[in-house]
Amino acid sequence: MLQLPTMPDRGGPAQPLLIVKDLKKHFPLKGGLFGAGGKVQAVDGIDFEIRKGETLGIVGESGCGKSTASRLIMSLIEPTDGEIIFDGEKVGTSALPLKEYRRQVQMVFQDSYASLNPRLPIEESIAFGPMVHGLNRSRAIPRAHDLLTAVGLAPAQFAHRYPHELSGGQRQRVNIARALALRPRMLILDEPVSALDKSVEAQVLNMLQDLKAQFELTYLFISHDLNVVQHVADRVLVMYLGRVAEVGPVDSIFDAPRHPYTQALLASRPSMDPDQRRTEPPITGDPPNPVNPPSGCRFRTRCKIAEDVCASATPPLAEVAPMHQAACHANVTASGHSLAPREAA
Amino acid sequence: MMTPQTLVRARNLNVKFVSRDATVHAVNGVDFDLAEREVLCILGESGSGKSVTLRAIMGLNPRAKTVMSGELKLCGEDVIAASEARMSALRGRQASMIFQEPMTALDPVFTIGRQIAETIVRHEGVSYKAAMARALELLELVQIPSAKRRLEAYPHELSGGLRQRAMIAIALSCRPKLLLADEPTTALDATVQIQILLLLRRLQQELGMGVIFVTHDLGVAGEIADRIAVMYAGRFVEEGPVRDVMRAPLHPYAQGLLGATVHAGLRGKRLTTIPGAPPDLRDLPTRCAFAPRCPMVENACRSAVPELRGPEPGRAARCIHVAQAAQAA
Amino acid sequence: MLKYILRRIAYAIPIALSVSVVCFMLVHIAPGDPIDAIVPPDTPKDVVEQVRKDYGLDKPLPIQYAVWLGHVLQGDLGRSIATRRPVAGDLILAARKTFVLALTAAMFGFAIGIFLGSLAAFFKGTWIDRLAVSFAVGGVSVPHYWLGMVMVIFFSVLMNVFPAMGAGPGDWQWDWQHIQYLILPALTLSCTPIGLLTRTVRGIVSEILNQDFVTTLRGKGLRNRTMMLHVVKNAAPTILAVMGLQLGYLMGGSILVETIFSWPGTGSMLNAAIFRRDIPVIQGATLVLAMFFVMLNLIVDIMQTMIDPRIVRK
Repeated sequence: MLQLPTMPDRGGPAQPLLIVKDLKKHFPLKGGLFGAGGKVQAVDGIDFEIRKGETLGIVGESGCGKSTASRLIMSLIEPTDGEIIFDGEKVGTSALPLKEYRRQVQMVFQDSYASLNPRLPIEESIAFGPMVHGLNRSRAIPRAHDLLTAVGLAPAQFAHRYPHELSGGQRQRVNIARALALRPRMLILDEPVSALDKSVEAQVLNMLQDLKAQFELTYLFISHDLNVVQHVADRVLVMYLGRVAEVGPVDSIFDAPRHPYTQALLASRPSMDPDQRRTEPPITGDPPNPVNPPSGCRFRTRCKIAEDVCASATPPLAEVAPMHQAACHANVTASGHSLAPREAA
Repeated sequence: MMTPQTLVRARNLNVKFVSRDATVHAVNGVDFDLAEREVLCILGESGSGKSVTLRAIMGLNPRAKTVMSGELKLCGEDVIAASEARMSALRGRQASMIFQEPMTALDPVFTIGRQIAETIVRHEGVSYKAAMARALELLELVQIPSAKRRLEAYPHELSGGLRQRAMIAIALSCRPKLLLADEPTTALDATVQIQILLLLRRLQQELGMGVIFVTHDLGVAGEIADRIAVMYAGRFVEEGPVRDVMRAPLHPYAQGLLGATVHAGLRGKRLTTIPGAPPDLRDLPTRCAFAPRCPMVENACRSAVPELRGPEPGRAARCIHVAQAAQAA
Repeated sequence: MLKYILRRIAYAIPIALSVSVVCFMLVHIAPGDPIDAIVPPDTPKDVVEQVRKDYGLDKPLPIQYAVWLGHVLQGDLGRSIATRRPVAGDLILAARKTFVLALTAAMFGFAIGIFLGSLAAFFKGTWIDRLAVSFAVGGVSVPHYWLGMVMVIFFSVLMNVFPAMGAGPGDWQWDWQHIQYLILPALTLSCTPIGLLTRTVRGIVSEILNQDFVTTLRGKGLRNRTMMLHVVKNAAPTILAVMGLQLGYLMGGSILVETIFSWPGTGSMLNAAIFRRDIPVIQGATLVLAMFFVMLNLIVDIMQTMIDPRIVRK
């Protein structure tokens, strides 16, 4: 383990790198000694796959469960239910123990400052992980320097600096270098550019594209910014209140969204054209609280085409275009929704 | 010359923050006028001085360490010379402000109704009961559902969008002529952001307010601005009508910002970036502050701060190339 | 709200019970046979056994506890070994005196502390702030017994303005004849609350003044006194907690000061009892002080909930 090699590709190119099956996380509410507490259904049964070498973008608003989902996948928190399969092996079994899985999947958070030890020079922060995994210092430090070069920070200038001596963009580069230090196969990027200025955001996004090719990575990219996701993702997954609303190839989702929520989300973007300003908000109200989510389709309380069936039955994720699925009764044949396709005779 | 229609007039406005360790030159010579019913967006990245400019208009920068110079008038009142008491009579009445984070900008232990009513009581001297009745109308004006119940609510009991609406209700409580908005939609979800933007635009038109809207987001500016001013290192580097600035920015920084803004049609392509980082405001050189990052830099850029010049009235950029082009024409 | 208060009280019961267990166990935790504390060392063995039976010390501990608790609940804290008088009666008299002293010191200390702390927060970084902070550090650092003795030497011995000992003749009354006895011990005792309150208030108020909503309040053009109301209501929950703890501490922690000034309160009583190994008195006094603490915490909790709507009271 001295060299910390990349983990071998076990399943071949056809095997999805990550499969998430019916993942659930319910947080109990504090109810006190006598009060009966409810629960927050932060993530309530999501299924998806990430293929090797692709970037899956997850979008959604606050409370949709995207951050909880990322922490579940990173196994930072215990799921209530469901399983995670990495390159064909179930995570947490003897074939793929947690420690080994955690080496292969690394995470970059939004808050670049909070994710670095303020008392360590950045080269130490980057070398820390490999040293914990058995690499000795004399090898780990030069590796850290190589990684700093890879993220565009000259080691001679930056290696000995402390996090507070760096700008937000530079710190985020260090975080990415730190995540790469264990030679992971997958990076979970949780709002990695949301705290950055636009000009710096563009630099970091370009760099992430370069690193992906250089280190043969797979990305799970979480963001609230649809433009950013459209730019970086191959496939997009839209979450609403702990469930998947729609998932599909990026062009299919952005050009022909089939879930009313995705449509509203896309129509909420500023027009970027002063002559074609938005006149009506696509939907009203805030995303509801995930403590007591609506029955049936969770979007129905804000949906313009909601009908009785939406309250009584949970819409399944149904194929609406090649590789493209949406969870809306209006797309499901004979669902009972007036806009649904009729059953073939 | 001060026409009655000018809400804000700034001439060579400078704002410095002085402490024992350093002097931060946050705003370095800003000129602009804001007419009644006009919406000006100040666009800039963090540390550009856009928020400081906004707060200067209200006299809200920390008094002990702020040094202002130049000319700054709010509804005819000299902000730099005015006493705190004089300013406090203007604030909330002639000009109001809304902020980025409505959760922290509202007092957590007072009800929404109370926080609206106290402003009305302060400026109009009406009874608390009458003020509460007005507060209810205001909550309806900003389209808060079940407004009556929400009067008694505390900020933490409202969603992000409702909190920002309540914040707007507070700001509008005395029908100000000028609304100052400091990134009011940045912390909100996408579907909520557009609702708040449209609400602000509607209220601005219905109430005939002048608005200065500070944002880092070009798209947001495009939805609401009449004019855009791009700020860099404490100076306006470009100014003009919203269409012109968004379609054909003159200043290399504004051009870079437009190129770096991720939008549709760039998929798979590399984004244009602005290399480097903004200058240190503690030690600002007397040259074009953008020169070290500028792809069009010449020797002349390093000799002096360029004037804000433009090819036509109302359109200007602080770049020698623009000045040269204007001269040639 | 009423439901919440009832529930808070219900929560306090197990705490109070555990405290009573600890007080009861005092006798048994102390090294040696508790009977030795009751009878003189040269008592004949059969008399010792008789006393053991009389006191119920021959029964299993839980039963002893139940019996003891039953008596306590009826207001019977047993008899003092030294004086043979019921502990409860003496304790009430002493507690009243301690309460007078602690409350005076607390009110004085809280007033000065809140004043200095707010002053320091509003003028943070100036000489006013530094002066207030030095005063605060001095207040918490100076040892009570030393300050008390200095006070006695200066005001009683040299200047002869205030009496040095006791609490005045007879029962406590709020007249000058009695109050002159109160001044020196109260001043001595108020040093810690002044220091702590200055520090806490300075911290919490300057934190509040730095919060965004204060900018909003200024942006609304509110007058200073309206702004103060906002600051006070936001600071109150934290400051109340510190004040509650301090008052409890003053009630229980005045042993040294009461001893120096011979103030006939629970502190002096406890001090004397410890030296005499007068277990029933130690038990009773500790129990009363601890219960006072529990009650104080309960009151502070309820008040905090009434002030701060964010504390969930479902």
